[in-house]
Amino acid sequence: MQRMIVSFLFLIVLFASCKKDSAPSFNAAVKAALTVEFDNIAGSEDLKLNNVFYYLTANGDSIKVSKLKYYVSNFSFTNVDGSLYTIPQDSSYHLIIEGDSSTYEPEFNIPEGEYKAVSFLLGVDSLRNTQDVSKRTGDLDVTDSAKGGDMYWSWNSGYIFYKLEGISPQVAGMMGKSFMYHIGLFGGKTSPTLNNLRKVTLDLTQRGTPKVKAGKETNIHLTVDVLKTFSGTATVKLADNSMVMANPYSATVANNLPGIFSHAHTHN
Amino acid sequence: MYKKQTVIILLFLVGLYACKKGLDNPFLGFQKPSNFPEPAYRFSTNEVTKAGFELGRKLFYDPILSHNNTISCASCHISYAAFSHPGHNVSHGIHDRLGTRNSPPIMNLAWSTSFMWDGGIFDLDLQPIAPITNHVEMDDTMANVLNRLRISSVYPPLFEQAFGDRTISGTHFLKALSQFMVMCISSHSKYDSVMRKEGIQFSPIEEAGYALFQQKCASCHQEPLFTNHAFVNNGLPISALNDQGRYGITLDSNHRYQFKVPSLRNIGYTTPYMHDGRFSSVEQVLDFYNSGVQKTPNLASSFNQNGRLGISISAAEKTKLVAFLKTLDDVYFVRDKTLVEP
Repeated sequence: MQRMIVSFLFLIVLFASCKKDSAPSFNAAVKAALTVEFDNIAGSEDLKLNNVFYYLTANGDSIKVSKLKYYVSNFSFTNVDGSLYTIPQDSSYHLIIEGDSSTYEPEFNIPEGEYKAVSFLLGVDSLRNTQDVSKRTGDLDVTDSAKGGDMYWSWNSGYIFYKLEGISPQVAGMMGKSFMYHIGLFGGKTSPTLNNLRKVTLDLTQRGTPKVKAGKETNIHLTVDVLKTFSGTATVKLADNSMVMANPYSATVANNLPGIFSHAHTHN
Repeated sequence: MYKKQTVIILLFLVGLYACKKGLDNPFLGFQKPSNFPEPAYRFSTNEVTKAGFELGRKLFYDPILSHNNTISCASCHISYAAFSHPGHNVSHGIHDRLGTRNSPPIMNLAWSTSFMWDGGIFDLDLQPIAPITNHVEMDDTMANVLNRLRISSVYPPLFEQAFGDRTISGTHFLKALSQFMVMCISSHSKYDSVMRKEGIQFSPIEEAGYALFQQKCASCHQEPLFTNHAFVNNGLPISALNDQGRYGITLDSNHRYQFKVPSLRNIGYTTPYMHDGRFSSVEQVLDFYNSGVQKTPNLASSFNQNGRLGISISAAEKTKLVAFLKTLDDVYFVRDKTLVEP
């Protein structure tokens, strides 16, 4: 008898879970939580700061990474029905800091539904870059050295979008073997300059669409491969370019950056 | 009769009160001089109050802003020199480390659209972060500075008075410094008095110098601020340092060797001159414009007219120009007691 009850319960549970998967009913008027996880990797390995071993780029350069920080902002999500939901700007700026796990999974509230794509900017848009200091709060606080203060050029007003630092035996410069990639420049305010903001759009249909619904957690798991900083649209050799900051070559590196992001899977 | 007496006494009291007010110099906030244009600073985001201004003034003179408590803003921006660093071609900051550019005066910044010799900073509120975090100036982080202010016994109540918040946010810190800086207004030179028709005239030689100035200098050094806020290569010989000025900000090769046109106000107090302080007298500067201009990349066309480099200035014209430029010195500004160390 007991066994029968257990089997019966099991069946009910099975049925319930089947129902959930096969016919989700979404209420677009209700917003639910969605996290986007930024999982920093180096090729096939998980990225570790100051790792014992070198990681190998596609160009044959060896690197160890001591710092990786980047801004992701202006998120929008495309529903399978084609409609677009854009996150309100004030909650749309996130600084991802390797080594600080509290920054890895920005959370958003978006209408219930199934989504086929996510878009975001790598960096801080020009409008926010020129706003009054009182609007630069949280991750954008330029007076907080743990946040925006370490991602800001005080001498050339503007945020650094992507900061990758480390060492490589291929580097033989004044600074020893270290390399520093500080990619910023939003287009300029008083005169036009480079615009190194890059939009990233990822298709979510190949590796699992997120089904966002109240009462459950949905997570889009992205991988961010730092080694792809050095390849993709252009081959970036560390021997030739160990310090890339506010200089013309930064645009070449910026062109590679959308390629570091991939959709790995979705937890529904 | 009784009524009349009362009126007289009342009038007398009002008069006394008015006198008292005058003596106390009530704080009027930011006042635009009548011969100046509208300011560029966004006062809507930061109204100047007495408490905010006094806090900014205190911060400006406090070495607590530097890593080892030795350097204040006023170390390189000295009030009696119109907040420049007299006698220093470039300034020495913390541990006597040397910078690469001449410390510019702090005056009339409410009308400036960009800051620094290369204009890399576009908002006065963001300006103080640069010297505070610069390795050769104050060499600290904003977070350290704010923490020191927060644990001091003096500052939390002052921030409360100024902004109604004693927690000391980075925003309030920067806004307080801006309030002090925008109040550093130089508008009481002889030139201003003449322009505002306050009963003073130029002397004949000053008048002649003014006419020459309008003819030879005013296209860049536009009145009444004596700058057009533009970036120009004025043909200085390129130094060993090869400072490329504005190019470092915009990465536009058309901007190589361009530097901001500085105001000529208080020029008598702000020696030495040029972005690297290479000239120590106004006469040297005028001699350079007459005979020292070199054809370097992006030399402004105004310095290359009809096959002649520079601007012809005869010895007699030089004397007249110098006489006029002296009328831009503002003794009231450099001695203003409300702007000195509190």
